[in-house]
Amino acid sequence: MRLKGANILVESLKKEGVEIIFGYPGGVLLPIFDVLYRKPIRFMLTRHEQGAAHAADGYARATGKVGVCLATSGPGATNLVTGIATAYMDSVPMVAITGQVKTNLIGSDAFQEADITGITRPITKHNYLVKDVNELAGIVKEAFHIANSGRPGPVLIDLPVDVTLAEAEFDYPIHPDIRSYKPTYEGHLGQIKKAAKAIKDSHKPLIYAGGGIIISGAEKELFKFAKKYRIPVTTTLLGLGGFPETDPLSLKMLGMHGTVYANHAIMESDLIIAIGSRFDDRVTGKLDEFSPHAKIIHIDIDPSSISKNVYVDIPIVGDAKNIMKKLNEIVKGPDTSKWLAQIDEWKRKGPLRYDDNSGIIKPQYVVEQIYEATKGDAIIATEVGQNQMWAAQFYKYTKPRSFLSSGGLGTMGYGLPAAIGAQVAKPEKIVFDIAGDGSIQMNIQELATAVTNRLPINIAVLNNSCLGMVRQWQELFYGKRYSHTCFNKMCPDFVKIAQAYGAVGIRVTKKEEVRPAIKKAIATKNTVILDFIVENEENVFPMVPAGEAINRMIGGMA
Amino acid sequence: MKHIISVLVENKFGVLARVSGLFSARGFNISSLAVGETEDPAISRMTIIVKGDDKILEQVKKQLNKLIDVIIVKDYIEKEHIDRELILFKVNINKQNRDKVIKIVEESPAHALKIRTDSIIVEIVEGQDEIDKLLNALKRFEIKEMVRTGRIAMEL
Repeated sequence: MRLKGANILVESLKKEGVEIIFGYPGGVLLPIFDVLYRKPIRFMLTRHEQGAAHAADGYARATGKVGVCLATSGPGATNLVTGIATAYMDSVPMVAITGQVKTNLIGSDAFQEADITGITRPITKHNYLVKDVNELAGIVKEAFHIANSGRPGPVLIDLPVDVTLAEAEFDYPIHPDIRSYKPTYEGHLGQIKKAAKAIKDSHKPLIYAGGGIIISGAEKELFKFAKKYRIPVTTTLLGLGGFPETDPLSLKMLGMHGTVYANHAIMESDLIIAIGSRFDDRVTGKLDEFSPHAKIIHIDIDPSSISKNVYVDIPIVGDAKNIMKKLNEIVKGPDTSKWLAQIDEWKRKGPLRYDDNSGIIKPQYVVEQIYEATKGDAIIATEVGQNQMWAAQFYKYTKPRSFLSSGGLGTMGYGLPAAIGAQVAKPEKIVFDIAGDGSIQMNIQELATAVTNRLPINIAVLNNSCLGMVRQWQELFYGKRYSHTCFNKMCPDFVKIAQAYGAVGIRVTKKEEVRPAIKKAIATKNTVILDFIVENEENVFPMVPAGEAINRMIGGMA
Repeated sequence: MKHIISVLVENKFGVLARVSGLFSARGFNISSLAVGETEDPAISRMTIIVKGDDKILEQVKKQLNKLIDVIIVKDYIEKEHIDRELILFKVNINKQNRDKVIKIVEESPAHALKIRTDSIIVEIVEGQDEIDKLLNALKRFEIKEMVRTGRIAMEL
């Protein structure tokens, strides 16, 4: 069947099972949009290309499927960049398609031309400039395969307008043909046996689980492993939901704003079992002092993660789920009762807590109430900063793919468009974006996308009239010199903004109004902004100052 | 320590930029880089000479392996190998030193390719020790221009 490039693209996306494309039109995309006119695939118009990239990311994190976004050449493509980098840092499967000027104009500073394959080279898993329509179908096949295999990541396809107009025979390949790309899924049996012995010989083992658990779908195997051998589990920010935080073996999140008990446990442990995590600096603190007594087992699908920051004694390269299955068969458990008693003591002495005596609403209280109202069953997207850390600390995550947050890149403005992607993917779920008054303004235009598509997203703005996390650092480390972090009543009226976009706005100023407002928002079929006026100078504790050992926490232990 | 990193890659546009980008993003200066087709025209070999912290280079090698278009990465510093580089020099000469320069060249593995009254073009294809020896010997004369291909290497 001979087809034009634009039709080949859309047919190929259909073959890949793409349900929705998030994007924004433009001159060089006209042939593709003309095909989309007949709605062969659902298309969602965002109000900014960055919103399209984050929505595709949110869709992907909520489902495990590849998220797809589409933007025009030049500024459309460069507007995707932050969204692509966000997905790259957090291993999110995404295919970004950009229009490009005609092949013979490339490199001539043509109107709306940008070298987007050059720009995105360090922030994509791979990218393509399609110069021949005959290669298009094969490239789409490869792109989806690369995006969602091994350690997932974004792949960009740059498509010149003349290629979308040229014709070729359409024959979609069944298997991608890439000789140089063969991710390792099976763990090396010898290494797995070594790990099993180390686990048996340990006295203070600790599982440190990251986003890899969720990507690999290993949550059941992890749960079985932890329960069978009675090994406590701490997770990274991206690992939230990979192990139920309601379980007594959960130590919740570790790291800079992790729990006191998780950070003590990782420093005192004699065996760290790292699974799908990468020893990020926000987790390890000062590297020289990190976990001085522990042997380290590191299970990861990406060989370049092994011994990158911390020396690993027993590396196992492969898929977490496969490897956990094997470990569950062969490990003979250690006796961890003393260790667990020690951890319980830390838990008793240093629980997550906040001072809730003042009449002003505490942001932590809002997050707790969202948890109570949704029974932990919602999808929580976050922005970045204090809102993100409180959302991580005070909501109890029990299910994978229920927490969507920009961990690696730390992208403010991620939450609202990601919530849109998640709500599209899971219409039956309650979706919250836990936001700050700073972050929400970074992609607030996406309210229009949410309202137009009747998405009942609940945006909880923890409104402290400042850029709280940076303000907190200024308070603690820069002599309270609040340089350009306080909005001094220059915050817009979020209730009016909601109304202007056709959403519902609810301002909440009293503690007793918090729960009813959350209930009302959940019951509302429209997009809702809850403007919680919270304590201005509340800090996120515990906190490990940057560059300090991870057990040197401020504001933790009673 | 100087590393000789040999990378087999798909012979496609953009691959060189991907490979060199991994070095430049970490602030590494590549000392030399030689690229050419292999016995299979669909595959090219890049030989990269780079100095740098061993731990960081270990990471770069892993990152190179992660690039989709990279087939194999080897560091020859850990292996038995031979390496060669071709260098062309143009040395300014005059009546007084002409014979001395020619004698140095003739006693080395180099060849004089063109001899003019005011200059001589010398070619050497050798390992780094012989090349350094010749460079030292010619140092007291005026080297007007030097062109190097960069080292290529082969495992024994």
